[in-house]
Amino acid sequence: MTRESYVNLACLAGLILIPLWAHVSDEPFTITLATRAVILALAALGLNIALGIGGLVSFGHAVFFGIGGYAMGILAHHAQNYTPIAEWPFLIEGTKSMPIIWLLATVVSGIVAFLIGLLSLRTTGVYFIMITLAFGQMLFFFSISWAEYGGEDGLAIYVRNGFPGLNTLVPLQFYGLCLAILLLALAFQWRLAKSPFGLALNAARQVPNRVKAVGLNPFKLQLVAFTISGMITGLAGALFADLNRFVSPTMFSWQLSGEFIVFIIIGGTARLFGPVIGAALFVIIEHVLGGISDYWHIWFGFLLLGIVLFGKGGVIGLLAGGAKAHD
Amino acid sequence: MSALLSLKNITAHYGASQALFGVDLTLNQGEVLALMGRNGMGKSTTIKCICRMLAAKGEIRFDGTDLAPLPSHKAARLGIGLVPEGRRCFADLTVSENLMASARPGAWDQAAVGSLFPRLAERHAQRAASLSGGEQQMLAIGRALMTNPRLLILDEATEGLAPLIRQEIWDAIGRLKRDSGLSILIVDKSLKELRQVADTAVILDKGTSIWADRLENLPTDLAHKHLGI
Repeated sequence: MTRESYVNLACLAGLILIPLWAHVSDEPFTITLATRAVILALAALGLNIALGIGGLVSFGHAVFFGIGGYAMGILAHHAQNYTPIAEWPFLIEGTKSMPIIWLLATVVSGIVAFLIGLLSLRTTGVYFIMITLAFGQMLFFFSISWAEYGGEDGLAIYVRNGFPGLNTLVPLQFYGLCLAILLLALAFQWRLAKSPFGLALNAARQVPNRVKAVGLNPFKLQLVAFTISGMITGLAGALFADLNRFVSPTMFSWQLSGEFIVFIIIGGTARLFGPVIGAALFVIIEHVLGGISDYWHIWFGFLLLGIVLFGKGGVIGLLAGGAKAHD
Repeated sequence: MSALLSLKNITAHYGASQALFGVDLTLNQGEVLALMGRNGMGKSTTIKCICRMLAAKGEIRFDGTDLAPLPSHKAARLGIGLVPEGRRCFADLTVSENLMASARPGAWDQAAVGSLFPRLAERHAQRAASLSGGEQQMLAIGRALMTNPRLLILDEATEGLAPLIRQEIWDAIGRLKRDSGLSILIVDKSLKELRQVADTAVILDKGTSIWADRLENLPTDLAHKHLGI
């Protein structure tokens, strides 16, 4: 086993043991914080497939997070108000079922990611960053003006949606559900990175012309990766909305897109558990320093600066060593 | 023998500057063709045109298919395996991953590449960036073979390598010709080694093909004038 595997195992143990300890100690807020970290990690993990493996610096991934959030919000809003979403050409009703919400969130996020990727992947570098940011801002302002679903004020959901066999209102059970999804996503990413597709995507990030010379189309590889990435971030958005029982245009904001990138950089770009450590550190620092000062972002900025300057492999790189070429 | 690759009156430009003024070339199935000429005469540009990495005018046919409308990755899928000048392996991937990333179904798999280049088999878990120049060159050849090509193009495959490694690569090329019957197009300046493997040759001068025949028919004065030998 490599040192990174030990760091990953320690991280996994923390994800299991800390909420259990909080449950035993009757600290439900700690479980909520852990749930927030797990969901943000899932969102950043989605981005890590595009950014870490594919080298696609998307500055608009909050689009998919927001779409996932609004998928949940709209379905639950109509279900709780007993009003149909549409009556023509056929009746579409809302739902409080998490599996259906997740399915819709991932499918819609995937379709939007595919369409955004189709246009934006024709550009590279700073132009790609700008075009993804532009799509993010388009959906942000659209959600603000979408009065039917709360506009700028957002949309509140009174009761958390349900999952068969679980009481999702119990913090530990909802956390367990989110953790199970994160672990599945981590396993998926690990398999993906080692698959011929993942290797070709990695190669396309390094030397696109050489990938063409072996008969592969970098555009298609990146488009598939961007779509998968958007689907995972969309699923995280649906979970995040369920955690807060609230969706608002801030889920589409460019600041959130930036935070996803920051999680990856802090944890370690393309490192399997990089987004998990990045998101966990962010939530811990937000909670601890946020209680001391409103200007906690300054201290977080220093941490980011330190990692960029002195630990290019992120926290995992610092702990496990073995720098990767794209760290 | 039927022509696997044929180029007729190929011209190409880099922006406003013309690099090829009329290149003709025919490579038959199972043959090894040496594309020769001094530096800057258009050898690598011709390779780029064949692999559709540079737009060209004229006719380029691979096994009867016109390559002109195809993007480079589709041309490669027809069965053209390129070992580019300067190797450029996927530095962040291991030897094994480099080979797997380009694998297409066929006789060439990791075991076959490993038996052609035992050094690669020994270093299968090593990152490409940490290999020596010669090993990276072997990996670049292995990567091209993993696409199971019908035509292998080697652009300056032995340039800048130590004599022992160069010999290993020439031996491997010889084995490829003898055992697999693969059609090979080689760009190289080493006439002595080329004579051991190449059947035919084309000499380029100032972007034009000026001589094409069996390599054993190459006149000494022409070799001296255009290859500096």
